[in-house]
Amino acid sequence: MKELDIEALVDNLDKVLQFIDAELEDTDCSPKIQMQIDLAVEEIFVNIAHYAYNPETGPATVRVEVRPDGSAVTITFIDHGIPYDPLAKEDPDITVQAESRQIGGLGIFLVKQTMDDIRYEYKNGRNILTVEKNLSQTTQKPGAGK
Amino acid sequence: MNISQERNADKLTLSIEGRLDTKTAPSLEQVVKSDLTGVTSLVFDLAETTYISSAGLRVLLMAQKQMNKQGEMTVINANNDLLEIFEVTGFTDILTIE
Repeated sequence: MKELDIEALVDNLDKVLQFIDAELEDTDCSPKIQMQIDLAVEEIFVNIAHYAYNPETGPATVRVEVRPDGSAVTITFIDHGIPYDPLAKEDPDITVQAESRQIGGLGIFLVKQTMDDIRYEYKNGRNILTVEKNLSQTTQKPGAGK
Repeated sequence: MNISQERNADKLTLSIEGRLDTKTAPSLEQVVKSDLTGVTSLVFDLAETTYISSAGLRVLLMAQKQMNKQGEMTVINANNDLLEIFEVTGFTDILTIE
């Protein structure tokens, strides 16, 4: 397991992605899966940067653990900002036409669609959001990453 | 990310090279907000676009809404990974993708 402590700023997104991608380098995950993981990391980290400590900034911890057999990765995001459960938010209606489409909530919706598991807990004053992604396409659960 | 613009009378083609993400989407937003005057046909060429996040989708939606008022908009050459993102977010129903 590896951990990165970093200030929750949008400007630090590249550092977070580099940290995650370095861990994925030794696995044989496809470019597509890597893109989906980058996407989830961006959406979650940017959410923390925008909202967790608004209008101040604060620290975040990103933890990454690749399963020993390389079959899956678990990424955990921890902040001690405002308690916020992104999973409690209703999914956006993706069937309505452009004029009435709302863009809010689309980021976390994308995370739900592309990751195999996502969990939230609020513990000891900290938001803890964990995502899991299978790294081999054949072991994807039905409906995930479609 | 690099945006190249090709204007041909009322047609504007925006070719996006690289990642359309939280950090780069604002510069595309700027183009969409300021350079669509007189454009009746807007084309996003995504042949060289490697990645899109919700920030990029937001700008495409903004452009689509604007073009609904003044003409048409087409997204071309998106790779399969991008098409999947459009699919799961319902953007395939909003955008004209060729």
